[in-house]
Amino acid sequence: MDHPIKRDHARFRKIIKGKIREGLRKYVSSSDMVIPKGGKRFSIPVPHIETPHFRFGDRSQGGMGQGQGQGGDPVDGQPNESGEGKAGQSPGSKDIEVDLTLEELAQILGEELELPNIEPKGKHQIESRKDRYTTIGIIGPESLRHFKRTFRESLKRQIITGTYDANNPIIIPTKDDYRYKAAHTKVEYENSAVVIYMMDVSGSMGDEQKEIVRTESFWINLWLRHQYKNIEIRYIIHDATAKEVDEDTFFKTRESGGTLISSAFLLCKDIIKKDYDVNEWNIYPFHFSDGDNWSLDDTKLCLELLEKDILPVSNMFCYGQVESRYGSGQFYKDLFEKYGERSENVILSKIKNKDGILDSIKEFLSKGN
Amino acid sequence: MSVMEKTRPISGELLELQKVICQYAVDYGLSFYEVIFELCDYETVNILAAQGGFPTRYPHWKFGMDYDQFSKGYAYGVQKIYEMVINTDPCYAYLLNANYMVDQKTVMAHVYGHADFFKNNYWFSTTNRKMMDTMANHRTKIRRYMEQHGSDVVEQFIDKVLSLDNLIDISALFETPELQRERKEIDKQAKDESLRSDDDDRSEALRSFMRSPYYKDKDKDKGEHSKKEHKKHKDKHHDKKSVKEDQEKEKAASLDPNNPTAQAEAVHALAKTGEIHKAPSSSRKDIMQFLAQHAPLTEWQSDVISILREEAYYFLPQRLTKIMNEGWASYWHSRIMTEKAACSSEITDFADHHSGIMQMSRKQLNPYKVGLELFRDIEYRWNTGRFGKEYNECENLYEKEHWDLRLKGGQAKIFDVRRSHNDITFIDEFLTPEFCNRQQIFTYKFNPRTGRNEIDTRDFLAIKQKLLTSLTNFGSPVIEIENGNYNNRGEILLCHRHYGVDLDLNYAHDTMKNIFAIWRRPINLATKYDNKEVIFIYDGKEMRPLT
Repeated sequence: MDHPIKRDHARFRKIIKGKIREGLRKYVSSSDMVIPKGGKRFSIPVPHIETPHFRFGDRSQGGMGQGQGQGGDPVDGQPNESGEGKAGQSPGSKDIEVDLTLEELAQILGEELELPNIEPKGKHQIESRKDRYTTIGIIGPESLRHFKRTFRESLKRQIITGTYDANNPIIIPTKDDYRYKAAHTKVEYENSAVVIYMMDVSGSMGDEQKEIVRTESFWINLWLRHQYKNIEIRYIIHDATAKEVDEDTFFKTRESGGTLISSAFLLCKDIIKKDYDVNEWNIYPFHFSDGDNWSLDDTKLCLELLEKDILPVSNMFCYGQVESRYGSGQFYKDLFEKYGERSENVILSKIKNKDGILDSIKEFLSKGN
Repeated sequence: MSVMEKTRPISGELLELQKVICQYAVDYGLSFYEVIFELCDYETVNILAAQGGFPTRYPHWKFGMDYDQFSKGYAYGVQKIYEMVINTDPCYAYLLNANYMVDQKTVMAHVYGHADFFKNNYWFSTTNRKMMDTMANHRTKIRRYMEQHGSDVVEQFIDKVLSLDNLIDISALFETPELQRERKEIDKQAKDESLRSDDDDRSEALRSFMRSPYYKDKDKDKGEHSKKEHKKHKDKHHDKKSVKEDQEKEKAASLDPNNPTAQAEAVHALAKTGEIHKAPSSSRKDIMQFLAQHAPLTEWQSDVISILREEAYYFLPQRLTKIMNEGWASYWHSRIMTEKAACSSEITDFADHHSGIMQMSRKQLNPYKVGLELFRDIEYRWNTGRFGKEYNECENLYEKEHWDLRLKGGQAKIFDVRRSHNDITFIDEFLTPEFCNRQQIFTYKFNPRTGRNEIDTRDFLAIKQKLLTSLTNFGSPVIEIENGNYNNRGEILLCHRHYGVDLDLNYAHDTMKNIFAIWRRPINLATKYDNKEVIFIYDGKEMRPLT
């Protein structure tokens, strides 16, 4: 059985998410999203609820420290980190800088993001409870005893306690050593969703721009896979013509040529028609480009396709525009005129440079908008 | 027997090790209650740390919050819990099973330092050494209240009470049973007299009030004790009206605190006894106790306050002696390790880990470092005789530099110091300009012009002043209850003893709101703000200056 603190912990998580005890939310210290900071450093905020107490005001009263330096020398080197270091008085917000693996980052993203407008559709979204024998417990029926683990435990114990004799390697398990296969009950809600990436790989998209698109779709993918089990992902690249490619190609191809965005939209429409029944699937087309379409006529065609064929079947259409030296960025303006930055099922986002990737992901996938 | 499912007593090599370290500690003159080491994994250490070292605490999200923080810190490699020991008899301490032997040795030596401090330091002399059981009882009680009244209701009430858990009185630590009995005797006499004088015109409400929890006992013990009192009480008044009838009335009043009449009556009654606007019998600073006894609460609510109050007092000595306690334990782990326990292959690892613990920070003082160095400094000074009038007034720098009377009194002195001091007196008496200089201590201030914290001064008196201020009343503002029937309206008047630093008004507002929720009548707070005397009132809607 789990330790009771797990319940306290779950309750705490619920409070900071604002699901229960609304009144306490105001005491949650401001939490920020994961911020990439040069190289591989990320600072993750550790949420904290502060109970009000009578306490001293005037945060700038400072504190005490040890070290070298003269009057007027900075204590922390970082400006604007006002008064946080008061001697053991207020915990404040505790940003700690850490190295994270991709998996962990996806997990953290996962707590903050979700696919917008996702709806229960299709047969897959049934709530399923499964008992999976995936863990090891210290109690259980003898029929489920895990011999290897039990052996290992007693071996470990004997080595630690010094009762193991290499010349006479007899292992005698005691009650504490027994390990059993244990069930883990999982409740799963499954929504079937498909994400269709379209990327402009035309000549005007420089290496840097493509890199940005790839990085962004990589992160979105990572997160999607983590969050939604049965998600399907399709990839389309286009210049003047469009073709469907596999994941590997999508992330590696370097093409160049003119730009006809409509070609991608057409292919997207076909794919949806062929493979995804609207009633069964949540559909999310993502399109990335530098916004430089070949001709006004093609843009018109694009908007038409979007309006007639894609939007009616999509939960959300996401357009990300990468800033490029050559691109005019016209396509964003065209879409903006028609739909605004965020309408019911269209989200537009501009990605200035690499640092803008996270903000853009947030724009696409932020919760509760 | 292990204290929780997930820990187990040490055995084999570690047990042998414990015997050895224990013997070293005894040889050095440390004395302690039996120390029981338990082995556990980091997950369990995180749980225990979040619960203040105890295997069971009452259910509350704040433990989940601390757990969240500890496990994240551990998972991301930012912090690791180095040792944990709780002040009980026997004294429980936890070892992380993944630690190297050299770490286990260090931790054990460190733990014996703490154990000695817990047993011998005066400020710990009245702590409840059976707190493990008490905590478990608290959990059971609060869980039962949650089952009865709903966990949201109880949790919300706990949140409010936690907001007051620094409104306690250090001197109440020494409320020994004898003192309490004496005080009770005096109280009783006074009460009897006042009762006799208005024997006949006692109102219905007053009589009901006399049976209410407030009247029952002024003792912090609960349970059987209060039951006994209750009985005594009934006997005393059995000649008055039917006890049963009164009891029912009392029950009705106390169970329905929303009933304004009952409330008004209670307040009225409080005023009438003339008891309440005198300071509460024990202490003006012990606002938790005042509320537990006098606020219009149901039994479970006042019990919750008493439970949290008891826990706050249990942890108080540790807050009062953070620098000394850690310093003392570090002093001993460093001596035991370097002089006895560490073998040659371990000494670099030990030095590495030790220096990690002693790391100085520019943003705050490290109590381990300051405490350890100060104990060493005291030892050195008392060994060489660098104290007293003669040394202080010596103006020959050469002589002063080479001062050595060969007194060899250092060891004895630090043992004395650990017995009778707390952090404030420790710093006040033993911090010297030379020490601050050597330890490179400075104070810093926020400079609004540059938007950063900058070193302010290295002046000894300024440092000492600042350090003492931050330690005064364990770092909390001194708030006293001045009047429980302010303006004869059943309002509370709190008084902030202003020693130079203003209160944070936002926090004050929220705290007063929480007190209001318990007291159900307006709360007044007299303080100084921007150099002006002012009384703030919180009336259930907002906090405003009283004009």
